[in-house]
Amino acid sequence: MRVALFITCVNDTLFPGTGQAVVKLLRRLGCEVDFPRAQTCCGQMHVNTGYPGEGTRLARRFVDVFAGYDAVVAPSGSCAAMVREQYPRLARAASAASLAGPPGGAASGRERASGRERASGWETAFEREVAEVAPKVHDLSEFLVDVLGVTDVGAYFPHRVTYHPTCHSLRGLHLGDRPARLLREVRGLELVPLSGAEECCGFGGTFAVKNPAVSAAMCADKVHNVMATGAEVLCAADNSCLMHIGGTLGRQRSGVRVVHLAEILAATEEDTPFPAGEATGGRAGGAR
Amino acid sequence: MSGTFLGMPAFPGNAAAAVHDSQLRFNLRKATRTIRGKRAAVVGELPDWEELRAAGKAIKDHTLRNLDRHLLRLEEAVTRAGGRVHWAADAAEANRIVAELVEATGETEVVKVKSMATQEIGLNEALAERGITAYETDLAELIVQLGDDLPSHILVPAIHRNRSEIREIFREKMGQWGRAAPGDLTDDPRALAEAARLHLRERFLSSKVAISGANFMIAETGTLVVLESEGNGRMCLTLPETLISVVGIEKLLPRWQDLEVFLQLLPRSSTGERMNPYTSTWTGAAEGQEFHLVLLDNGRTDVLADEVGRQALRCIRCSACLNVCPVYERVGGHAYGSVYPGPIGAILTPQLHGMTRATPASHGRGISELDASLPYASSLCGACFEACPVAIDIPEVLVHLRAKAPHPRSERLAMRAAGWVFDRPVRLARTQRLGGRLRRFVPGRLPGPGAAWTDTRDVPDIPAESFRDWWDRTEGGTR
Ligand code: SF4
Repeated sequence: MRVALFITCVNDTLFPGTGQAVVKLLRRLGCEVDFPRAQTCCGQMHVNTGYPGEGTRLARRFVDVFAGYDAVVAPSGSCAAMVREQYPRLARAASAASLAGPPGGAASGRERASGRERASGWETAFEREVAEVAPKVHDLSEFLVDVLGVTDVGAYFPHRVTYHPTCHSLRGLHLGDRPARLLREVRGLELVPLSGAEECCGFGGTFAVKNPAVSAAMCADKVHNVMATGAEVLCAADNSCLMHIGGTLGRQRSGVRVVHLAEILAATEEDTPFPAGEATGGRAGGAR
Repeated sequence: MSGTFLGMPAFPGNAAAAVHDSQLRFNLRKATRTIRGKRAAVVGELPDWEELRAAGKAIKDHTLRNLDRHLLRLEEAVTRAGGRVHWAADAAEANRIVAELVEATGETEVVKVKSMATQEIGLNEALAERGITAYETDLAELIVQLGDDLPSHILVPAIHRNRSEIREIFREKMGQWGRAAPGDLTDDPRALAEAARLHLRERFLSSKVAISGANFMIAETGTLVVLESEGNGRMCLTLPETLISVVGIEKLLPRWQDLEVFLQLLPRSSTGERMNPYTSTWTGAAEGQEFHLVLLDNGRTDVLADEVGRQALRCIRCSACLNVCPVYERVGGHAYGSVYPGPIGAILTPQLHGMTRATPASHGRGISELDASLPYASSLCGACFEACPVAIDIPEVLVHLRAKAPHPRSERLAMRAAGWVFDRPVRLARTQRLGGRLRRFVPGRLPGPGAAWTDTRDVPDIPAESFRDWWDRTEGGTR
């Protein structure tokens, strides 16, 4: 299967180890992995902060870049949710604007033309492309469990781990217990339940800096629950949330590391991010 | 306080102050968690909850699409049943209508059934200006009124108060408003309720005019419906000679039969009960009673014009979204500066006031700083949408309103710069390489807006090589 990796701008820039882990894991499972070089960012930050114009430009780039792949895998629940949930809305809004907008506005001539057709039941090219590409975009655990049909990925990670199901994985993509099923099959790994797991960690993109006091209060409760598990490692499928929780764990010198799900699933006896007994004392970014 | 508590600064400042009030956080945490658990249990026991939710959404959407038609049907039915219908375009007109109706009775005191609409328009204050005293009869509203306080929750307006605070309020203030609390009042819930009961009973028996809102209005029959827990509402609805109901135009349902859906959705979502203790319905004027219905717009038709934002008008004020909201749980209702706090307030208040235009509600000043900050009072975690019994996609509306809100200049520039970088992969790669080279110089505590991050969290290490450079150098890890 020919799979495109959508690394996401955050992982590309700050957490390349997560991307390397995805590549390694997917190859091990027999996938041919492609990294389309023209990709940049899904536009989530722009859209969620109130800049849909910029976000729509990035969405157009995304569907252009990823058209034609069997599947697109993103090691980020929130970016996958962005494409699947918000792109159709952006495309609809862009089409509506192209119907109403002045000539030479944001929409291309081609789209204005098809926008007129829309009145008789047609979609614009952008809407069609989104409808084509968006359903093929998967978060990593979704891709493994639903598309490849595996839960035992042959991983080895001899640590006590707790899992934080990030909001967009949980309530956006409805990943359910997929990540837990994957983690339970990892040899050596002890999965301990996290109380209040479904509660938001308080990251929320620009929320973390626009409402820092509330964000920090939410994170304090999350960190409290994480420490109560006695786990060495906090795992999640989104590095943005892990950066926020890990940054707080690090500031508190908690000794708990944060590790992306992909890095745990990619780890083997021969190739482990850190050996048993060495999990503690990590910095904010965890095992990178 | 027409809709907004006047003079409130923007949300982040209010929230930061509230977060540090440990008593408040303790009270809220306890209350929201208890009610959250109860709701989850009674919602979980219905196998067809999702179908009910979809039906609730569909009925409301249908009604809103045909609002003009259904409102006229309602007016006709209420009039036929001996009631009088008044149309109020905004808060000022509604307040004037109600005040004149009360003055026509010659009374200077009214009793009130708990109502969000009358709080939204600041009715009590408007009546006070004309020499009319409005007495709240809902227990929690009574606590708020006696404490000279502001409501902080839709369903439990005094949620920020605990028992001993309530005892103090009763002991100090009840006597100034009517029958005093007993001198030996304890903070036992039963003793507190008994003091309130005696205080209110006197009021019910002496009042000639009552003012209510309504949870639902049935267009086909002209019936109004109030759901409550205490029975105080029913006292107000039945004892006085004149009943005036102020109801938002979106509270309409087309048919009597539609109640089947909402009488299941509302109690389970709001109090976490299978059924609420008291459901009162009335159609027009009862014998010997005068009935007036004031239909309130106050920004609602403007909200209706917004294709994305209009779903907020489906709201049945159950407050489930408040109870599950991690932000509300930590800051309480006052930080939202409006009678509608929490997630629904964050999308409803700015819309009712008009997001972009100067409206009468904004006193011609355009959007207030507080209203502009409300759509950002959320981490977009989606817990509200999941809990909402009429499936209002609150995160979708928040994001939609953020696009309409005014943005600070520095943020606009930063977003434009980020857009420019992401517009070409080569620009992104160059920016990443620059970051990689400067990685050693990133301080542990950032200056300026960065401090909002580093006050409580470490910054991640910037890697020496980005993923895309690694991919190029190693040909995708094959070399
Ligand atoms: S938005 Fe939904 S959950 Fe919140 S109060 Fe309204 S109906 Fe209830």
